[in-house]
Amino acid sequence: MARSKELVPGIGRLSRSQVFAKRGLFKGQKKSTAPASEAKPETIEKTIGGEKNGGKRLIPTVKAPRFYPAEDVSKPKKSRKSPKAPSLRPSITPGTILILLAGRYRGKRVVFLKQLTSGLLLVTGPYKVNGVPLRRVNQAYVIATSTMVDISELKLDAKFDDSYFAKPSTKSSSSAEEEFFEDGKPKAKQPIAESKAADQKAVDSALLASIKKTENLSKYLKASWGLSKGQFAHQLVF
Amino acid sequence: MGSTRLYSKGRVLGHKRAKRNSRPNTSLIQIEGVANKEDAQFYLGKRVAYVYKAKREIQGSKIRVIWGRVTRPHGSSGVVKSKFRHNLPPRAFGASVRVMLYPSNI
Repeated sequence: MARSKELVPGIGRLSRSQVFAKRGLFKGQKKSTAPASEAKPETIEKTIGGEKNGGKRLIPTVKAPRFYPAEDVSKPKKSRKSPKAPSLRPSITPGTILILLAGRYRGKRVVFLKQLTSGLLLVTGPYKVNGVPLRRVNQAYVIATSTMVDISELKLDAKFDDSYFAKPSTKSSSSAEEEFFEDGKPKAKQPIAESKAADQKAVDSALLASIKKTENLSKYLKASWGLSKGQFAHQLVF
Repeated sequence: MGSTRLYSKGRVLGHKRAKRNSRPNTSLIQIEGVANKEDAQFYLGKRVAYVYKAKREIQGSKIRVIWGRVTRPHGSSGVVKSKFRHNLPPRAFGASVRVMLYPSNI
């Protein structure tokens, strides 16, 4: 059975590595180390009978193959392709207010700060206004509005890159029980790292100052967006 | 309290078909408020979700989804063709589907 269903003709649902993982062919493979074998000498000296044969000869222990290619086989070309720098829609510029379309904060309006090297957008609510923290979003899941926030006074730290948002790798616990429970009770929630909370505050304070300058802008950011009856997405101007 | 709907409403008209043969790998969908080919252009490529309820729970939920995409307009009346990961079952005919607003290009 084909594991990777086609999403759109030519595009499978699963990546090559996902298919590899699903097929699980690696599971049956046995990994063992070969016993260390003694290194054999390359040549052996043999005594040869007959007067005119010189008496001794060096004979290689491994015979040279009788076949060798008469023509050179060309090596496959190395791929010189490299990932392209992701492009940003012209409607999205730093300071643009975006509407999130999917995910935990769908329907919320957020401020776009910058594009990260992975192509994801760095956005913030600000957290103080509508509860959306500093976050990465894909531009496919975002509507750009014509409203802007002036973020010229915001000095964005260079530390906000993709690795800043990556989840810390945790070693998997042996059982789900261990993962979620502690002596019969659900584990207490882990508090958000203080450094991240401080980062959020630092970014927000600069943003809030410029948001305050425009009347109703914070109310606008606080309000969530949705289609109501008789509103059609293709007719709207954002 | 404002609305929180983040999708356009659509209706399944049936499979793509001729007079006698039907082609169930493509479904026809009428999107609310879309009356011509030009309006339909906005929705091309958007993801479509057919959400339905079933008897048996899977992972604690009786609600299931068949995902698809809008592929192209169908004629000039604003109806669109769409392809789903699994072909829509005939009981979906006449049912409403969610035409999501992503992937967005606004």
